[in-house]
Amino acid sequence: MLALNLAWRQLRSLWASGEVRVLFLALVLAVAATTTVGLFTDRVASALVREGGLLLGGDMVVQADHPLPAQFVEAAEQQRLHTAQTMEFPSMVSDGEQSQLAEIKAVSDSFPLRGELTIAAAPATSGIAARSVPQPGSVWLEPRLAGLLALAVGDHVQLGESKLRVAALLQQEPSRGGDMFSYAPRLMMNLADVEATGLVQYGSRVRYQLLLAAGSGPLADYKAWAEARLGDGEKLMDVSTARPEMRSALDKSSQFLGLAAMVAVLLAMVAMYLASLPYVQNSFDSYAMMRCLGASRALMLKVLLYQALLLAALGALLGAAIGYVAQSGLSMLAGRLFAEALPAAAWTPLLLGCLAGLLILLAVLWPQLLRLAQVPALRILRRDLEHSPSEGKRWLQRLSLLPALLVMALLLLWQSGDWKLGGAMLVALCGLLAVTTGLARLGSSMLQRLPGSHSGWRLGLAGLRRRPWLAAAQVSALSLGLMALLLLALIRSDLLNNWQQSLPADAPNRFMINIQPDQLDAIQQRLHQAGLQDTQLFPMVRGRLTAVNGEPVLVDNYTDDRARRLAEREFNLSWAADMQADNQLLQGRWWTASQHGQPLVSLEQDLATALGLKVGDRLRYDIAGSPLELTVSSIRKVEWDSMRANFFAVTPPGVLDGFDASYISSFHLPIGNDTLINSLVKAMPNLTVLDIAAIMQQVRGVMARMTHAVEYVFAFSLLAGIAVLYAALAATRAERTREMTLLRVLGARSRQLYQAVFTEFAVIGLLAALVAVLVANLLAYYVSVQVLGIVYAFNLRFSLLLLMLAALLVPTAAWFGVRSDLQQPPRHLLQSV
Amino acid sequence: MHKPPAVEALELDKHISSSTATLTILNGLQLRVEQGERLAIIGRSGSGKSTLLALLAGLDLPSTGKVRILGEDIVELDEDGRAAVRGRSMGFVFQSFQLLPSLTALENVMLPLQLTGRRDAAALAQAALAQVGLSARLSHYPRQLSGGEQQRVAIARAFAPQPQILFADEPTGNLDASTGQHIIDLLFQLNEAAGTTLILVTHDMALASRCERILTLQDGQLQQVPQTPARSGR
Repeated sequence: MLALNLAWRQLRSLWASGEVRVLFLALVLAVAATTTVGLFTDRVASALVREGGLLLGGDMVVQADHPLPAQFVEAAEQQRLHTAQTMEFPSMVSDGEQSQLAEIKAVSDSFPLRGELTIAAAPATSGIAARSVPQPGSVWLEPRLAGLLALAVGDHVQLGESKLRVAALLQQEPSRGGDMFSYAPRLMMNLADVEATGLVQYGSRVRYQLLLAAGSGPLADYKAWAEARLGDGEKLMDVSTARPEMRSALDKSSQFLGLAAMVAVLLAMVAMYLASLPYVQNSFDSYAMMRCLGASRALMLKVLLYQALLLAALGALLGAAIGYVAQSGLSMLAGRLFAEALPAAAWTPLLLGCLAGLLILLAVLWPQLLRLAQVPALRILRRDLEHSPSEGKRWLQRLSLLPALLVMALLLLWQSGDWKLGGAMLVALCGLLAVTTGLARLGSSMLQRLPGSHSGWRLGLAGLRRRPWLAAAQVSALSLGLMALLLLALIRSDLLNNWQQSLPADAPNRFMINIQPDQLDAIQQRLHQAGLQDTQLFPMVRGRLTAVNGEPVLVDNYTDDRARRLAEREFNLSWAADMQADNQLLQGRWWTASQHGQPLVSLEQDLATALGLKVGDRLRYDIAGSPLELTVSSIRKVEWDSMRANFFAVTPPGVLDGFDASYISSFHLPIGNDTLINSLVKAMPNLTVLDIAAIMQQVRGVMARMTHAVEYVFAFSLLAGIAVLYAALAATRAERTREMTLLRVLGARSRQLYQAVFTEFAVIGLLAALVAVLVANLLAYYVSVQVLGIVYAFNLRFSLLLLMLAALLVPTAAWFGVRSDLQQPPRHLLQSV
Repeated sequence: MHKPPAVEALELDKHISSSTATLTILNGLQLRVEQGERLAIIGRSGSGKSTLLALLAGLDLPSTGKVRILGEDIVELDEDGRAAVRGRSMGFVFQSFQLLPSLTALENVMLPLQLTGRRDAAALAQAALAQVGLSARLSHYPRQLSGGEQQRVAIARAFAPQPQILFADEPTGNLDASTGQHIIDLLFQLNEAAGTTLILVTHDMALASRCERILTLQDGQLQQVPQTPARSGR
């Protein structure tokens, strides 16, 4: 009780004198930033899961390219899960005269388990939620398909051997996500009618799905059970794998947000460290006196621990409360990322934010407080005892930064969710500390040779010489702060711009596939007429990799899932004389014109890695039953995000001439401009056009909104940055005031003293900014290229701006700090010295 | 029964080593202070008075030699052991008052009582403050008190636990002459009432002369100062 009472009283008194306020404010900021971002990303993540569920039509799907073994259904029923079954396959649909390729989806009566089907009686009327699936004998058509075949509700369509009645127009269905397969127009029918159509026979390309949703039993057990029993061609998908395009955009923005929050935390930790210095310094006397009056070390430790815990608890609670309020602001800014409002926030991020606050405070403050616990009672009589630490003690002081660095690393890892990013930040931090310490040593030894003089700037430099370690600490802290701010500015402007530019406004949003060679000229002409210049058409030949260097390729040779999939499926080969502009050659060489027809192949990097292929390997392909042997001549990196047509394997022109090829093209058309597509498809019914405009619009929307969100979090960092500056100045204020007062007593004029302060802090600010510019740019380069995978551009403007700001702002702020002291008669100050 | 001396120093040496030389501050110093005795130690600035006080109170350790407090060798104890001895048997009055700025006058006086686990700390502290005439200032913080008042709080703090030994280090050094005189009167008055052993370190001969015995610290050793008429008034 005594310890708690003393801790509380001590804290209250330090609060009144200001030392603890900066420390507390910084802690609140750190917790607020982590909680805000934590709560927000948590809400976005659960929205994604919910959205994923809607898109799958259930919580989980077992999918196969053959009828699913009965055990999967039986087990689901045994475990009391809700189930529905579907079959999907492409087929021609006709109304007698016209026919059209459609994506058929046959569904069982319980479909969908999540989300709903929206149907309408006529095009362009508002839809209603369907109460059931199409009844046997009837189908629902997507309005586009009805339009292409000129059908209305009540008409009949021919599907294989069956004639089925059009009962409604299908406006919306779950599970129509980012899957390219489902972009041919949809026809939905009852599962019971499939057999009669005679369309599904041995060798048909059918996708069988078993949809599952949690009933009275949980899904996790079933997942584990099913995963252990998946055979060839069978896979299990859950909400975490749905909507890859949104997930990727949101993941990237979560990384940005996490980074911004971490910068705030980092700055806050620096401010806390700086603020803890005068806090400890001013407490020495009290603790020495307590020791003198007979307090045991255990009691002192208790008092200090309570003090830290009190600070941490109050700071964490306030920070978490601010974070909770701030995250709703963030959600508003982020706007309608999804069709429905974001789900309510969970409690976990609040708890984690508080825990992080506690950890931060203890890591920064505890080693400092231990110094207080070890204060000798003798200090009462000899005040110099803590002022001139021995070399050994200095090392100990530097080691006391270790817990803070470790916690920083831990938090970085946690927030970025990426050890590369966390590691890079940590290396940058250590590098920065090493450089500033080195600079301070060098600087102070150079200053030693400076002749003494009474001019103001010489006095300022002498100040640096007298306090080399304090100056080093100030330079380190300020440069850390400046680095974090510069890094954030770089991320905010450059990285976000580059990210958005990776999906420019005119990025292709339509893919046209299945173009036959004899249609090439006509299509190119139509596209040209529609104002689409330079639209490229890429040839495509489907082939399966059968042998590498004479060894047959078998699924069982690979353990990696992706490799197994690649080994068992056909993929597209193309040919080109020149490499696509957005590809990057990693190994080997691209062919020359003279190598026309030579059996070479250039592979995409990920495919080569997954299958363990390298330049010089001989690959045998099976293309429509004929073998083709090719030698790997290069490995390329492909930007799949660019939305342009790209290929795993490309050969020189002439190599694939003997095989049947179809062509693919991608181009940009404004949303709603469907006339060109409709007329093309009408003239050439074999064409399939994939429309990804809506998806891209959504992804672009996410980018824009998340950019605002990052700016919002930036505010926390800015506040923390100001706290760092303030704490850096406050750390030496008492000593500086003492010194200046003495100088004034000895006859120094105010002008000389202002000059001295200005010089000292201009040097500190400039040094700090130089180091910060160097480290921040290196880090931004690493983060953009290695972590986020976007192009880095050095920003000279920002760097120069920071140097100028630091050289002006830091000394100005310092000048403001001592101004009030310099305006008082020295006697007042002497009394308090 | 024979009472052990309040403070006893045997063959006390204190050296301070720097990179260039070793400075001897105390050199084979011997001292015996009986219980209830009032002793003044005087000497020029830098003669080592404060160092000696620190050693006698267990605030520092000698290079060699023994310090016994009420018969117990405190050099042999660990830091916490010495702190316990201080809490149990010593009181302190310092030149710079050394009040805890975070505590009120009352709480400052209560602190040493609480540290030794006294349940009646508040009552004892109030009584002690009343003795120094500060009953009206119980809830004032040190910054709200004048220098003289702060030193009175410090005196109340020193006497409240009824220590057997009181160490005073230049108790009037930070006060003007008239306030200093008041403080000294108060100190001696309380000391006399409680029968506490007093060890007073000062360079002020007038102040020292109020003690029964005066020793001068010179060249690391203590020497008796001959009796003068000024001290006969006690």
